[in-house]
Parts: sequence; structure tokens; C-alpha cells
Amino acid sequence: MSDQSAVIEDIREFLGQFVSDPSVPVDQDLFGSGLVNSLFAMQLVLHIEAEYGIAVSNDDLDLDNFRSLQAIAGFVGRKRGD
Amino acid sequence: MGIERSLELSNSDALVAEEMEAFAQREVLPYASSWDKAEAMDPEVIRSLSKRGWLGALAPEAYGGQDMDPLLWGRFCESIGTASSSLLGLPTVHGMAIQAIARWGTDAQKETVLPMLASGEAIGAFALTEPEVGSDAANVQTVAEATGSGFRLTGRKRWITFGNIANWFVVVARLEDKPTAFLVPSTNSGLKITPVKDMLGFRSAELANLHFENCEVTEDAILGRPGFGFSHVAGTALDHGRFCIAWGCVGLAQGCLSASMEHAQEREQFGKPISEHQLIQRLIADMLVGTRAARGLCLEATALKRAGDPRVIMETSIAKYYASQHAAKASRDAVQILGGTGCSSEGHVERYFRDAKVTEIIEGSSQIQQLIIARHGLMQHRKEKRKKATNP
Repeated sequence: MSDQSAVIEDIREFLGQFVSDPSVPVDQDLFGSGLVNSLFAMQLVLHIEAEYGIAVSNDDLDLDNFRSLQAIAGFVGRKRGD
Repeated sequence: MGIERSLELSNSDALVAEEMEAFAQREVLPYASSWDKAEAMDPEVIRSLSKRGWLGALAPEAYGGQDMDPLLWGRFCESIGTASSSLLGLPTVHGMAIQAIARWGTDAQKETVLPMLASGEAIGAFALTEPEVGSDAANVQTVAEATGSGFRLTGRKRWITFGNIANWFVVVARLEDKPTAFLVPSTNSGLKITPVKDMLGFRSAELANLHFENCEVTEDAILGRPGFGFSHVAGTALDHGRFCIAWGCVGLAQGCLSASMEHAQEREQFGKPISEHQLIQRLIADMLVGTRAARGLCLEATALKRAGDPRVIMETSIAKYYASQHAAKASRDAVQILGGTGCSSEGHVERYFRDAKVTEIIEGSSQIQQLIIARHGLMQHRKEKRKKATNP
């Protein structure tokens, strides 16, 4: 499993705490589809910071970084310098 | 993710915690009722908090704060909460502004505003609630329009804790229909601040209504990014607010318990202290157990906060929900135990009773907490079921 796939599966597992069925397509817009709410957004930030040792800052607040499982994995990869 | 459950203060922090408790008992509690009656906070006690470095203690050290350990901060809120809920409102909202800026501010915002907030030279406050918007906070009606050189804010904010004396406001408005946070100084000529009086509780918390009319701010006043004002900036602030209120409620409940036990052992009826009457013992037992349970939930949230664990948000909601409900019950029972004395403003429990009710409403009402907690519990349950189905 590639690093990006592993991150996607980790975020999917995390998503499972917030939605009935986390088996969503990797490119599904999690926020636009109304699947998750603002509480998820902040917990997601804390999760990726704790899990991947990265700091999410003002500059990272771009919905394109958090929109989907794929986007989140891409963001984590860029922050880690993968 | 392993969490260190045995929470202890360092030796030096334990001494500070003792100093905080002594400060609250000596310099806050004896005056809290008179501040309550005057509906104003004594500037001297605010200066004392600043001088000790406690008001801005949560700010990063790089900006003049202390990066205070969450457990010591919790103990601080508990100590102040025992003495004056109104005063607790100050580190709560000031800390909300600090946390929001430290977490999501630009370098320039951090360098300009944080040192002032850390030293207590300036006071920060958080402006989210509006005349028509309370629990549905993502739907704020205050509007920000781009002007070319910045933004123009128009709208009203209501019941802003310490709004009367704040120098900086974190304001949530809609920019092109996206919730967006702005950092606005109280000196802005387009901001009118009106004191709010005669509230049920938190009467010396310097509440104010804010009216933004042609309130022009520069481009760099945005805190975070457009669209992230509620989810991330307010989310960070409110999580801190709930943490403070939860710990403060533990303090308030402890105050009720101490006053009840003191009175019940001194007051005699039917030839013996009322503490020997079983129905009084029942009230005291519930008060004691509930206070310990609330403190336990606060400690759980504190452990997660220390670890930067995302579960802290939910556990803080749980702690705030339970602690505020318990504080309200403890204060009702304390008034009952103290009888006429409990109804008199000469003591503290009458004030505890009024303030405790407010804690069930602020930083997310009990009903909103119930919704969040129940949904969380149900999702956790489903997740466990899925796991069992996958790995029977």
C-alpha cells in the first residue's frame, strides 16, 4: 500500500467516527455533500497533526486541502514532504 | 493513541496552583458579591490577574505568554469559578481570543496583538452571538463586504462577555456568504459598544452589545481564511471556552458543597444539626459525588488536551455539559440547604444559583451539547458494530 493509500485508509477510519458509512469514494466532497460538519473539520485538523506530526496553520486553510479523502492525503503528503 | 491518564502538576506548577487558590479566596471571593451588585468588574482585580501573568498565560511564550499547562489552567479556572463566575468569564473570553489568534493568526497578527493580550495590556473578547443567532451560530447575519482596500462590517452582536472593556474583538461575519473571522479593535469608529445590564447571572462580566455600522477594517483583519471563521477559528475559541466553563463549574459546585456542609453542621433544627437529617445528607451526597464526577470528566478532557488528541473536542463538550448541569443542580440544592440564608445576597449561594443557570446556556447550550454527544455516541456504536462485523 502506497503512503497516500495508507493515509486515505487512516482518514477513512477516522471518518468512521462521524458518519454511518465511511466507504465513500476517495474524491467525494465530504463537506459539500453535507456528510460531515464543522466539528469534524477541527477534529480532522487535530487528528492529522497528532498522527502525522505536522502543523496545520493559517496558510493551509484552503478547502482544497480538506475536501475529500484524496485531497486530505495529498495535503498530508505535501506537508510531510513526501 | 496512548494517553497519560495520571494527571499531575509539576512541583513548581503545584505551588502556582496553591497561589491561585489563595488568590481566589483572598482577593476575589470576599468582593464577588459587591461586584455582582454593582454590575461591574473591579479593574484592580484584572490588573492583579495580569500582573501575575495568569490572564494571558495561554499565549505562546514567544509572544510573552507562558504556554501554561492545561491542568494548571484548569485548576486556575476551578479556583476562580469557586469565587466569581463573572471573573471567570474574563480568562475565558480573553483566552478564546488568544487561542484563535495563536492558532490561526498571521505572523503579523500574532506579533501585533498577542503580546498585548499576553501581558494583559489589552483585553480580548469573542463576538459570535447575535440578536437572531444563538445556537445556529454558523448562520451569523453580520455581513462583511469587500471595499477594495479592506472590508466593511455591518451587523449586531449581543451579550458579548467583557465587551465593555475589551480592546480587541474576534468577530464572526459572513463574507460572500462564507463564515469569516475578523480581528477588530474597539477603537474602530464604526463600532458602537453599549453596556448590557440587569442580566440573571454573570452580572459583573461587563456584557455589551456591539453595533457595526460602516465599520471599515483593513485586508489583514481577516483571522484565518474566508469560509473557516466558524469551523476553525470559532471552533478553536469555543473549545477553549467550554474547557474554562467546565472547570469553572467544578469550582462553583465545590463552592456550593463547602457552603452547604458549613451551614448544615452549624444550623440546628429539631435539637440537632441539620447535617444529621438524612434528607440533607442525601443532597450533600449527590453534591459531593456530582462534583467529583464533573472534576473527573474535566481531567479526562485535560489529559486529551495535553496530548493534542482530537477526542479532546468531544470530551470537553461532555465535561462542559455535565459540569454545568451539575453546577445548576448543586446550586439549587445549596440554596435549599441554606434556606432563607441561601436566598439572601449576603452569602454566595444565591449568586452561585443565578450564575450556574447561565453556564447551561453559554459556550453551547446543554441542548446543543446533548445533540452532539448523542450523535457521537451513536456513531461510535456503529463503528464498533462495523468493526465486529469485519473481524468477528
